[in-house]
Amino acid sequence: MQTFNGLSLGIRSVIVSIAILLVTLGVWELSISSGGASAELTEYELLTGGGAPKAGVPPPSEVFVKAWEQLSDPFYDAGPNDKGIGIQIGHSLYRVLAGYFLAAAIAIPLGFLIGMSPLMYRALDPFIQIMKPISPLAWMPLALFVIQDSQASAIFVIFICSIWPMLINTAFGVAGVRQDWVNVARTHELGTFKTAFTVILPAAAPTILTGMRISIGIAWLVIVAAEMLVGGTGIGYYVWNEWNNLDLTSVIFSIIMIGLVGMVLDAVFGLVQRQVQYSE
Amino acid sequence: MTVPFLKIEQLAQRFPSPDRGGEPLTVFENVSFGIEKGEFVCIIGHSGCGKSTIMNVLAGLAEPTEGVVVMDGQEVKGPSLERGVVFQNYSLLPWLSALRNVTFAVQARHPDWPKDKVKAHSYRFLELVGLTGGAERRKPSQLSGGMRQRVSIARAFAIEPKLLLLDEPFGALDALTRGSIQDELLRIWRGSGLTVFMITHDVDEALYLADRVLLMTNGPYARVAESVEVGIPRPRSRDQIVEHPNYYKARNHLVHFLARRSKELAGREHATASGQPETVRFADPGDDSPGGEGADPSQPALRAVNQ
Ligand SMILES: Nc1ncnc2c1ncn2[C@@H]1O[C@H](COP(=O)(O)OP(=O)(O)OP(=O)(O)O)[C@@H](O)[C@H]1O
Ligand SMILES: [Mg+2]
Repeated sequence: MQTFNGLSLGIRSVIVSIAILLVTLGVWELSISSGGASAELTEYELLTGGGAPKAGVPPPSEVFVKAWEQLSDPFYDAGPNDKGIGIQIGHSLYRVLAGYFLAAAIAIPLGFLIGMSPLMYRALDPFIQIMKPISPLAWMPLALFVIQDSQASAIFVIFICSIWPMLINTAFGVAGVRQDWVNVARTHELGTFKTAFTVILPAAAPTILTGMRISIGIAWLVIVAAEMLVGGTGIGYYVWNEWNNLDLTSVIFSIIMIGLVGMVLDAVFGLVQRQVQYSE
Repeated sequence: MTVPFLKIEQLAQRFPSPDRGGEPLTVFENVSFGIEKGEFVCIIGHSGCGKSTIMNVLAGLAEPTEGVVVMDGQEVKGPSLERGVVFQNYSLLPWLSALRNVTFAVQARHPDWPKDKVKAHSYRFLELVGLTGGAERRKPSQLSGGMRQRVSIARAFAIEPKLLLLDEPFGALDALTRGSIQDELLRIWRGSGLTVFMITHDVDEALYLADRVLLMTNGPYARVAESVEVGIPRPRSRDQIVEHPNYYKARNHLVHFLARRSKELAGREHATASGQPETVRFADPGDDSPGGEGADPSQPALRAVNQ
């Protein structure tokens, strides 16, 4: 104990993390192998007409085997219902990034204008407040009807869910730029564009990046649900498909992959955010 | 009488104040004065009398409700690189290094200059305020208050304006740092032909730096009531200046004004038609004729001498 306390906080936290992981995996593994195949049907299995032999929750060891199998050949393609995890995640990422950057391309310039004009800030606020709480999936039927294409509809749903945090944060950040800094631009006779790019943009960048980071997180949350609806490809479809196959090992594996990809996306934006951060 | 370099005429600033039943708040009114080329002028007045508001008008950042400002024969109608501003809170851009804060200004002034020329020019002015040797690469948040103020002064000097406007530039600094930056300011100003208009709260600072001190009455309806000619020859040194006979006359006059007369003279009814401040000049050394009328040596100093 004495030696443990002597270690740095970073190392100690890693040790505790690993311990929690091992204990969780151990309890999970033991509870399933002792419960065994002879266990009674759970209520859920009864409800879903289950009781099929593969329906039990797999132990972590099986998930590891599955992960090894999948990750050693992530890009295989054996027909529409059997593609590697890499291909599925690739499809999801493509949709997320397409919808996301489309949203950014509109939200950031528009947010800039809203933030610079108190009139527009107030005038557009009620619309934003109404649009913001709408679940992006509620747009899906309308999108499918209007766009007539499931791929584009999924991208639209990502677009619509990621636009609000970026729009609001950009407007908020731009409106909140200190008048002193704007005055510095004015006393140096900078034009509107020069002021926008050399003073307002860097000043509002941390707030804008916060919005972008929230948006990418929401987009990644929404893509899974959207792909469950539109089907075809993507990690969301993959989860749903494996559930239909009652392959819970693959379901758990893909859940973990969703978490990992989300974490990487967040970390990338966290890195960019740190680049534009400044302290007064 | 010749036209001064900077001419302020019948300036008034009123702000709408909804909580007063529609009657606007008149910060100052009837403010007129002139500043000669190369002159160093300080303005003193109580907090809230409208000094920063006047300076914003001179800088072109704010439009006065009434009156005009004419600099070098041209009406001031917006900010210009001919007028350098050192803001009360430095107003450095925190995401840029000290050097980049200065090059930012130099680039704005000389858009046609190549990068290395801009950099060399900026370096020269950072050197002038003693901020080189690594410190210029740091962000403002990593600099001390005094260093930030130096950057801010270097930025204003680097654009080589005709008029330098300083809003309580040394207010937040400790006495020692304040003294050394004051000396730097004087050193740079001397022989540059630059005209300086500076707001301060500090009587001793005003007497050390200025040729002339403008005194403002309390607001609302504030005005520039007096213009005190310091009349102490340059170069001045801190230990000799206190021995000059004008020093205590002027100092007493300023302290007395701040302590009592700024309040007594406040309000519209004392205003003169022209709005020109009354000139106060002290008698030559050795001459006993009364100059600093109303001086009261028993008045306590508002601030300690900063050395
Ligand atoms: N934009 C504004 N709207 C309304 N009132 C204002 C505005 N700007 C300044 N005032 C008022 O004008 C008066 C003078 O303000 P100003 O900042 O010029 O004072 P100051 O003399 O610089 O004070 P200090 O010495 O504390 O800096 C204050 O009463 C202030 O409330
Ligand atoms: Mg002020």
